[in-house]
Amino acid sequence: MAELALEGIEKAFGTTRALDRLDLDVADGELVVLLGPTGAGKTTTLRTVAGLDRPDAGRVLIGGVDVTSEPPAVRDVAFVFQQYSLYPHYTVFENLAFPLRSPLRRQSAAVIRERVETIARMLKIESKLQNRATRLSGGEMQRVALGRALVREPALFLMDEPLSSLDAKLRETLRVELKRIQQELGATILYVTHDQIEAMTLADRIGVLEQGRLLQIAPPREIYGRPANVDVARRLGSPPINLLPPQLLPDLEAPSATHVVGVRPEDLVLNGRGVASAITQVEHLGADTVVALEANEVRLHALVSGESRLETGTTIHFSVAPDAMLFFDADGRRLDGGGERA
Amino acid sequence: MSATAHSVIEPTARERRFAATLIVIYALVTMLPLVWIFMTSLKTPQDSISYPPKVVFGPTLEGYVNLFTTRTRQTPEYMASLPPPETWWDELVRSRNMVIAGPSKFGERFLNSVIIGFGSTFLTIFLGTLAAYAFSRFRVPLKDDLLFFILSTRMMPPVAVAIPIFLMYRQLGLSDTHLGMILLYTAVNLSLAVWLLKGFMDEIPREYEEAAMIDGYTRLQAFRKVVLPQATTGIAATAIFCLIFAWNEYAFALLLTSGTAQTAPPFIPTIIGEGGLDWPAVAAGATLFLLPVLVFTILLRKHLLRGITFGAVRK
Repeated sequence: MAELALEGIEKAFGTTRALDRLDLDVADGELVVLLGPTGAGKTTTLRTVAGLDRPDAGRVLIGGVDVTSEPPAVRDVAFVFQQYSLYPHYTVFENLAFPLRSPLRRQSAAVIRERVETIARMLKIESKLQNRATRLSGGEMQRVALGRALVREPALFLMDEPLSSLDAKLRETLRVELKRIQQELGATILYVTHDQIEAMTLADRIGVLEQGRLLQIAPPREIYGRPANVDVARRLGSPPINLLPPQLLPDLEAPSATHVVGVRPEDLVLNGRGVASAITQVEHLGADTVVALEANEVRLHALVSGESRLETGTTIHFSVAPDAMLFFDADGRRLDGGGERA
Repeated sequence: MSATAHSVIEPTARERRFAATLIVIYALVTMLPLVWIFMTSLKTPQDSISYPPKVVFGPTLEGYVNLFTTRTRQTPEYMASLPPPETWWDELVRSRNMVIAGPSKFGERFLNSVIIGFGSTFLTIFLGTLAAYAFSRFRVPLKDDLLFFILSTRMMPPVAVAIPIFLMYRQLGLSDTHLGMILLYTAVNLSLAVWLLKGFMDEIPREYEEAAMIDGYTRLQAFRKVVLPQATTGIAATAIFCLIFAWNEYAFALLLTSGTAQTAPPFIPTIIGEGGLDWPAVAAGATLFLLPVLVFTILLRKHLLRGITFGAVRK
């Protein structure tokens, strides 16, 4: 395993700027998740690290070695693609053995057999080894794709939405498994997703990308509790953060530059005091209830634990704990003075 | 009117029978000339030119014997002085008051066709596959213009450039050589091959070779191990088209070859018997000439069919 550093990476496709002076560090044994909307440059970042795309400017360092102009084969990284990309003319065994049979490694047949069987057992696909790669279910294919990356113990793993084409239940199982394997191997992983639950549960640190720029990189709880700006705050949380005009909240003690106040739905307290609002919708999710409110033509969401007796059409007063508020200025940057709780 | 409900898409039994009848009739019409050639190859020279044509006749292998041999007519005294014939073909020839003087040139010409046909097909596929891969995967400057230029070489009939090529080949010493014919057929076939193969290459997702390159292979190794096996269908289909063209080509072969590198097509019509063309021998030559392409096509028919319907069934 090794650490990764990206220094001032720039990449444009035609007139579209995919990466804009991107700096990123991933420590040895760390799992960093890149989160961002479509077209933010997540996949381009991975492809640049792998050597499939060459940056227009900047340097890629793996384990302290500058590999910017090296071909993919010698970088010793493993890539898990969103669409599996198993070799369709090979069996599962041959797919898993393929990296070990590369001219760069030239392992003996016995070593290959042993490695492949170990990995297959770990991923619970040992009964499928002789199947054609195309005769598998989606979950099995994704396990094989993970296995093909794991089998050679590379310096770095790159994963491009590896779980996104699986159904919800399988995604959860594999997510847990992936975290376990990562901790077991102490693997360095750069992981791309647009699923915030995946990001929150897997990541040591989350990097939020937008338009080729890294808006913030920090541990998940910090990203959630102390976002650097409005865009980061909006990226995480479901239902999304409430962004309120300061005038809505009475007796507000906020920095003078405050333009918007951010309040997470779970931090709205429906206690019968404070701001009056109309309940427009109540959604019971089982463990929680999402309450949609409207106060002075501002729509907001509250998350209440347990089943709620609130009814649509009635009026309720809400307040916000002062230490749960996030203050943003006119440019969207977060101001000091809020979010102490995080 | 039938009251039975049936699917709108599924043909009824009656429609099926109708379609089958049409196909059988069409097959019979297209096969008739082939059957005629095959029948003629088994006739005697007299039977082959009789009018009205004979449909029922006593089959003989005389045409095939004449195709492979040269013969001389002898006096009855000389014939009587010979020892008894050793083989059935000796006997057949002697019944016409002739003896076998030696082998004909058909074997050589046939071999030339095999060397030139398969040689140019192999070369076309080799160059075409690499070029198609490059066009499919790399950012080639002026790519669209280059592709159009490649296709434009097929916009005139190849024979239109026969005279420049004839002069050029004479200067270069390529006239009547195997290499010259292989290069010529490759040049003609390559444009079609590049276009066909590029279509097949485009269908193969590039993630496969990207995965292989990350797994520790160079681009060329990834191409050989991952792309080629998936392109076999397209390559086989393209190879058949190229082989059929090179195998059947007549005009250039007639113009540019006369001896060492002459292929079968210009040779077969020149087989002369006594008193004109030896039709059974010509027909025998044509029959044998059809066989390799037939075998090649049957061997690859699964690929050919999949190749034609490639885009339709893949997704």
